[in-house]
Amino acid sequence: MSDDRDGGGRDGDRENVGERFGRLPATADERAVPGRATREEVLAYFEERFGIPRGSFDGHTFWEKGAGKLWAYAGEADSGIEVEALGITLLRTRQEHWKPTTSAALRFGGAATENVIDLGESEADAFVRGHDQRIEWDGDWGYLIAAHQLAGEREPLGVGLYLHGELRSVVPKGRQWD
Amino acid sequence: MEFLDRYESLVDDHEAFVAACSEPLPTVVRVNTIRASVERTLLALDDAGIGYERRGWNDRVLELDVEKPGRTWPYYHGWLHGQEEVSSLPAAVLDPGERERVWDACAAPGGKATQLSALMEDTGTVVANDQNLGRLSALRHNAERLGVTNLAVTCADARNYSLSPFPFEAFDRTLVDAPCSCEGTIRKNRDVAEEWSLGHVESVAGIQKGVLRRAVQATREGGTVVYSTCTFAPEENEAVLDHVLSAESCAVVPFETELAHDPGVREWRGAEYDPSVEHARRFYPHRNDTGGFFCAKLEVGP
Repeated sequence: MSDDRDGGGRDGDRENVGERFGRLPATADERAVPGRATREEVLAYFEERFGIPRGSFDGHTFWEKGAGKLWAYAGEADSGIEVEALGITLLRTRQEHWKPTTSAALRFGGAATENVIDLGESEADAFVRGHDQRIEWDGDWGYLIAAHQLAGEREPLGVGLYLHGELRSVVPKGRQWD
Repeated sequence: MEFLDRYESLVDDHEAFVAACSEPLPTVVRVNTIRASVERTLLALDDAGIGYERRGWNDRVLELDVEKPGRTWPYYHGWLHGQEEVSSLPAAVLDPGERERVWDACAAPGGKATQLSALMEDTGTVVANDQNLGRLSALRHNAERLGVTNLAVTCADARNYSLSPFPFEAFDRTLVDAPCSCEGTIRKNRDVAEEWSLGHVESVAGIQKGVLRRAVQATREGGTVVYSTCTFAPEENEAVLDHVLSAESCAVVPFETELAHDPGVREWRGAEYDPSVEHARRFYPHRNDTGGFFCAKLEVGP
C-alpha cells in the first residue's frame, strides 16, 4: 500500500494540526506539511536501523498526529481525519534521534536483524520492570530493540536506549511489571 | 442478591442459578492471533509451567490455572487478553470477514473490538467507538498492547453516530455490546447487587434502544448486527429487540452455538414481545460456568 492517495486539499495535508491525523506523503517531493516525515524516510529508517524489510509495512499507511508522533494503520481513512486514534503508535520523529515505540517493537520488531540486543531471562525480567542495567554490547549506541527467547524463538520485548555500557528500558509505565 | 429472585420464573433451576452467581469466575483468556498462533501460545504456556484447559466451542479461548495472567510472558507480549469466556461469543457470532467495515458501537475497554480485529486478520476497518473518554484510554492501552492496527477509535454518543469522518457510507457489520445493569457480572463484581435498581434498568434500556436503532441504520442492507448485554433483565434484552423490530427494517435470526443456552423470552411482566426474539440466546452462569449473558443476531433489511 503506498501513500500516494492523500485525500487532496484537507488541512491534514497542508499544516500539522494537533487533533487531526495527516497522512504521510510518499516522498519529499510530495511533502506539503513542513517537517513531516515521509513514508520513504520511515521505511528507510526501519530498514537501515533494524533490518526490517520494507514489505513488513505493505498493509499499513503512516499518519502524523501532533508534532512528530507517527501511527501505523491498516484501515480506511482520508487525510485530515479527526478521530481519537488510528491503529498503533509507531515512531517519534521531529527530533534528532527517531524513537520507535514499544508497540512498534512488539508488532514489527520480530522481523528485525540489526541492532537487536538479546537478553537472558533475568535481564528480560529487569527490562520489563523498567530497570536500567549494565550490559555488554559491541554494536551501535542509541535505540535498540531488546529481545528474549520465547517458545523457541526470538521475541521482541520493547525498545532500549544503549549509552555508556548501560541499557535503559523505555517500556512505558503502564506496560511495566511491578 | 435478592434481585435475582425476579428471574425465578425464567430459570428452570433457580437454586443452581443463584449458587453459581455466588461463585468466583475461572481465569479465562483469549489468544490474540494477530500476535501469535494458538499453538505457539500453548508452547509458551507449557514452557512457563502454566496449566490450561481449552474450550471446545472456541479454539482461541483458554482457562488458565493462574489467578493473574497479566504476569506471564505471553500476556506481556500481547499474545493473551483476559476476557471472560462468554464475552468472546458476540464477536464470534458477528463473524466479520477480512477487509470488511465493522463498527463496535460501545467498544471500551476493547476486548471485543480487538477480537473482531483478530477475526479479520487485522485487515479492513474496525471503528471502535465509546462515549466515555476514560474507558477509551483503557481501550487504547489494550489496542497498543495487542498490536491491533485496523482500529479507528472515536469518542461519540452512539445513538446519533455520524460516519462522516470515514470514506464510506455504511458498515458491513455492527456490534452493540450495550451498556447495561451488568447483573451477569455479579461473579466478579459484588457491587452489582448493591447498586441494582429497577429505575436504572429502565433508564439504561432507553439508551440501549437508541444505540441499537442507530446500529441498524448505520449497517448496510443484508448486513449483520449483533446485540449483547451482560444482564438478565428482559427490559434490557428482548424488550430492546422488540422495540427495534417495530422501528427499523431488520429481523432477529437464529445462530448456532455450542454453549448451553435458553431461548429469548416472549413474555415478561405483562409485556409480550415479537415471537422472533426467541432466536436470541440467554446464557445463565450455572449452565457453562460463565458470567450471565444475552446475545441476539439481527439481519438488516432494505
